[in-house]
Amino acid sequence: MSNVPADLRYTREHEWARVEGDRARIGITAFAQEQLGDVVFVELPKVGARVTAMQGFGVVESVKAVSDLFAPLSGEVVEVNDDLAKKPETVNADPYGQGWMIVIRCADLRELDALMSAADYEKLIAAAGH
Amino acid sequence: MTDNTRTAPLRRTPLHDVHVKAGARMVPFGGWEMPVQYTGIIEEHRAVRRAVGLFDISHMGEFEIEGPAALATVQRLATNDASSLAVGQVQYTLLCYPDGGIVDDLTLYRLGDARFMLTVNAANIDKDWTWVTERGGGASGWRNVSDETALLAVQGPRAEGLVHRLADCDVTRVAYYHFLRGTIAGVPALISRTGYTGEDGFELYVPGSRAEALWYALLDAGRADGIQPVGLGARDTLRLEMKFALYGNDIDQTTNPLEAGLGWVVRPAKGDFIGRSAIEAVRAQGLTRKLAGFEMVEPSVPRHGYRLLDNGAPVGVVTSGSFGPAVERYIGMGYVPAALAAVGSELQVEIRGKPQPARVVRTPFYPSRVKKA
Repeated sequence: MSNVPADLRYTREHEWARVEGDRARIGITAFAQEQLGDVVFVELPKVGARVTAMQGFGVVESVKAVSDLFAPLSGEVVEVNDDLAKKPETVNADPYGQGWMIVIRCADLRELDALMSAADYEKLIAAAGH
Repeated sequence: MTDNTRTAPLRRTPLHDVHVKAGARMVPFGGWEMPVQYTGIIEEHRAVRRAVGLFDISHMGEFEIEGPAALATVQRLATNDASSLAVGQVQYTLLCYPDGGIVDDLTLYRLGDARFMLTVNAANIDKDWTWVTERGGGASGWRNVSDETALLAVQGPRAEGLVHRLADCDVTRVAYYHFLRGTIAGVPALISRTGYTGEDGFELYVPGSRAEALWYALLDAGRADGIQPVGLGARDTLRLEMKFALYGNDIDQTTNPLEAGLGWVVRPAKGDFIGRSAIEAVRAQGLTRKLAGFEMVEPSVPRHGYRLLDNGAPVGVVTSGSFGPAVERYIGMGYVPAALAAVGSELQVEIRGKPQPARVVRTPFYPSRVKKA
């Protein structure tokens, strides 16, 4: 059973982006949080930091694993989900909602073309045997 | 880089298919394919502390030794004093190398006046078997019963009630680190009041062919208690909260019992054993380093292999670390210079190149709730 919202765009590294005007809200997918297991710590950039498409912007840690976070799009961080510092498990419970990680002001919305649609991402995770 | 070191397939316990059917995530561990989690490590961990959890630890090894030389052999091989064991009693003990390094940590059961069982770590079964049969004065009297023995652990505040309801004997009379033989749900078992979680509970040694029946009987009878199957992931976080050593992480052939804080299972007065003189030499010289428990000052996750720093200078390494789901803190252990091992000492854990503040704390991190007399 897949949980891949149709209105989002996806990276091969299992991050999602939701376009909100000239901004994008970013997090990790349901598949990613399930693979990771219980998230115990999330390391995120500060407001004002710049992120670059497909480069690392932070780290998500579960009990057993440390995983880099890759930015779907380039831009400047305008919001950071501080709730995750107190309740990192929100990433598991609600990866597309309350588990969002950062919001960026996008440098170039044409970068969306490089991201996968929900249908393509579903194929990716199905091939991974999920 | 391809790994050609493992050509043998992973071994499986009698409960392998049960775990797969339950939706467990199976991972390689010490040559075995084991469940790391069923629903989630944190949920399983908390189920053990609050209610009762069921573990398959059949991958562990069991050796028996019997005969007139059994006690003398065990005394020569292991550090603790086996002569103090009554029949029906268990002790934690170590096998050491001549230089004082540790071969394995294990529990030792006195099954009879001249009959003992050793329960050893799964990853060390072959090594330990070679060690005891070659170093114990000859192979006679030894039997490796690992392959036919399954081992289930039932741990948590509701464990006693559950096991008692299914037992044909009064398990409430079994004291901590003692055992008796009986049946649980009709399955013949050695019922041992031991565990690796810090909770009250039992470890049940049963014939491998009966493991599945017992597993389902416990899950069924324990449903109202909130029983959950628990994987190796939570087994690791539970023992970490108790600062129990894990062989391969916190103790190995390069560590001696004294620096590991295991001097309490070394009894030189009982007579000679392999490693005794080396350990006594360490005792005489004093320890240069000690295994200390610490917690992170700011949220950050210490992990095996991360460096420990003293004001920027590398002084040691984290041997085990994680988030403790019951204590709700980031905790770990590692060898630090003896001078830095006192409670309250400040140090740093290097995480992704940055020193994160930590401090040595009193252990266990979580209070022990085993049923001492």
